[in-house]
Amino acid sequence: MIKLIPRVENSKAMILLSPLLAMTLTALSALIIFIFILDDIKVSSVFFTLFVLPLTDSYLFPELLVKAAPLMIIGLGLSIGFRAGIWNIGAEGQYVIGGIAGGAVGLYFYNVEGFWLLPLMAIASILGGMFYASIAAFLRIRYQVNEILVTLMLTYVAVLFLSAMLQGPLRNPAGFNFPESRIFHDSAMLPIIWEGTRLHIGFIIAIIISLVAWFGIKKHMFGMQIKITGSAPRAAKFAGFNDNKTVLYSLLISGGLAGLAGFFEASGPAGQLTPGLPQFYGFTAIIVAFLARLHPIGILFSSLLIALSYVGGEEVQIEYNLPSSITQIFQGMLLFYFLACDILIKYKVVLNKTKN
Amino acid sequence: MNYQLEVSNITKSYGDLKANDTVSLNIKDSSIHALLGENGAGKSTLVKIIYGSLMPDSGEMRWGGNSYSPKNPFEARENGIAMVFQHFSLFESLTVEENIILGLDGVGLNQNFTDEILKYSKQYGLDVNPQQVVGDLSVGARQRVEIIRCLLQNPKLLIMDEPTSVLTPQEVSDLFVTLKKLAADGCSILYISHKLEEVREICSEATILRGGRLVQSCVPQDHSQKELAEMMIGKKLTELARSKINVGSEIFSINNLSKKSDDLYGVDLENINLTIRQGSIVGIAGVAGNGQDELMELLIGEKSSGDGVLSFNGQDVGLLGSHERRQLSMFFIPEERLGHGAVPDMSLDENMLLSRPDSSGMTSSGVIDWSSVASYSEKVIDDFNVQTPSSKMLAKSLSGGNLQKFMVGRELIRNPELLIVSQPTWGVDAGSANNIHQSLISLADNGSAILIISQDLDEILSLCEQIHVLSEGKLSEAVDMKNNGLEKISQLMVGGES
Repeated sequence: MIKLIPRVENSKAMILLSPLLAMTLTALSALIIFIFILDDIKVSSVFFTLFVLPLTDSYLFPELLVKAAPLMIIGLGLSIGFRAGIWNIGAEGQYVIGGIAGGAVGLYFYNVEGFWLLPLMAIASILGGMFYASIAAFLRIRYQVNEILVTLMLTYVAVLFLSAMLQGPLRNPAGFNFPESRIFHDSAMLPIIWEGTRLHIGFIIAIIISLVAWFGIKKHMFGMQIKITGSAPRAAKFAGFNDNKTVLYSLLISGGLAGLAGFFEASGPAGQLTPGLPQFYGFTAIIVAFLARLHPIGILFSSLLIALSYVGGEEVQIEYNLPSSITQIFQGMLLFYFLACDILIKYKVVLNKTKN
Repeated sequence: MNYQLEVSNITKSYGDLKANDTVSLNIKDSSIHALLGENGAGKSTLVKIIYGSLMPDSGEMRWGGNSYSPKNPFEARENGIAMVFQHFSLFESLTVEENIILGLDGVGLNQNFTDEILKYSKQYGLDVNPQQVVGDLSVGARQRVEIIRCLLQNPKLLIMDEPTSVLTPQEVSDLFVTLKKLAADGCSILYISHKLEEVREICSEATILRGGRLVQSCVPQDHSQKELAEMMIGKKLTELARSKINVGSEIFSINNLSKKSDDLYGVDLENINLTIRQGSIVGIAGVAGNGQDELMELLIGEKSSGDGVLSFNGQDVGLLGSHERRQLSMFFIPEERLGHGAVPDMSLDENMLLSRPDSSGMTSSGVIDWSSVASYSEKVIDDFNVQTPSSKMLAKSLSGGNLQKFMVGRELIRNPELLIVSQPTWGVDAGSANNIHQSLISLADNGSAILIISQDLDEILSLCEQIHVLSEGKLSEAVDMKNNGLEKISQLMVGGES
């Protein structure tokens, strides 16, 4: 009989090994599924396209990094709130508002050249995301309204607000009534850091943010504050932390970062505001955060992993006509295996030979 | 000599840990037998084996001379073994009678037990009203309900787990009358406790366990309390004594503090007044649930107590948060260890940061200096004899006594001018309790003021020079201990006037 016995101390080895184990199990399960649904010849090539090609192909690899950047930024913000038990589920909405705010500034200064424009747009997008998340913070602090519901529902409001804007003030005057903005002029576009690809400076900024977040969580009292609040609220009071401030700050941080990601998407790959701005990054980032166990450096890797599943998934759709749900199956399995393997950190498996 | 229960050479292991290692225990007919030992000594394991909820790895038991190996508590009850647990298993919304019926095997709610309950109630002085709702009863009355429930099964052995830990002195002496009567009528009692004075008062024999092994069985009256305690912990205890009581000027006062509770079931505090002087240890006695938690919250600063009611060194501190109060050298140790005074899933180092006056240097403008934190927690571990492999261990992996020593040490190394502590030795083994009391005393000897809120009256009596009683949210004046002090405290604890 197999028994799980609690460990006295969390296993350091398993903290690193369990993600690898989960990835292996995911790959194995994917292989089994492919064997069932595909011809023999195709199995290995689909497998290759899904898992390896995005890492080796000179077009797909930068695309992977392009996708990873917003996931990383949003995931980092969410992880901070999640540590404190503040569940911002509506990063997608804050992302959209951030994109609109940043984009609107860019469009206001249309054809104005200046190095100051991008920082200004970035600030506008962060403030936009913060403002949108602060609605949930205000309602939670003032009236104890559950932030999960508020943030989630405001996502739909944000998407509708985007289409209202695109049919109104932000619509391209020369765009034949298409609900799209003007294409941003050069000063409002993020610099490309890999010639010939869409990889923009946002990826570098995402990495910088994850280092800052790592520092904040590891070395700063704010990190302790959110961790203690999430794990033992009464102990947080004992330590003298103000729980309203914890709610406010974690929502402002996650909202602000989601807003910044929205601006990066608009001024990066999209180059304009379109109804296609929301890409579900805000929701997928929840998986990213949990895969990384809310650890900032872990999020760096988990966002790359999820981006791999996107890029690889799209590629097999195009190449082999497989359904788009391949990506979702893959992400779902990954999350399940991660959560399951995590039990090995706190428990050890013992094969019980003796009777009873 | 006839034995009701003979337990010989019981061994029970959990993995590598031997919870019971060849333990033997013999309970005579009609006797009150004490089972003594610290937390983790193996008392509960042994009792669970006797009560049928655990199976021993080896060893045997005889019940009334016949071989006895219960497979479940049901079988134990059929044989005539009943148990009153430390934490009662009563439904608060049901009446006494309904609760009693629900606890009996094979009886339906439609049967009437009123007469029988009243019979036992009268016979053994167990005052209960069968029709009263349990939620309205005091802790002592709930215990009486549990005892009657056991008696209805006509037990030959009644196991009582720490029965007096929540009772007032009056309730304790009533209970003892009942227990003595029961024993005289032929029901043996296995009395689990760490209160040695009680054991010496009512038990005719005692079995002492330490680390899962039998230390010895003895007649408790042949030994002093101190000797019994030393057998329990396996080493010498230091005598508690203040070297010098140098009471200085007033350092802290509570002035007309009233506070309605936010909680429906909370206690409203009414017009509380208290003065504490430097170098003195002040105690607040009282039964749990009389406003201790509410008062502690306000003292720590987890809730604001408003203007002008708390004064520390002449400064109004009522509006300050707990961190600001620590900056002024007020420190606190709450009752709950896991989840309040410490975060269970965090290391001792991280827990060190819950109490972090800026002067400690553990943080500077918010940035944590982990090496400074670790050196403090290692100092606490060394100075306060906390048994743990390292300061990286999670708080929840420490035993209650060790974690409590850590929490006490964490505040004491700040050399507080005022320490406010709730239940300093609750659920803590005798050895650690002795250490903690010792360190509180030396803190006060060095001129600090201490306020102790405790339900453990012995603790209050042995440490405090000034004793108040909290009852239903009201705090008594300091009790004059020279004239029948104990009796007055007892009356105050049940809400009477002194």
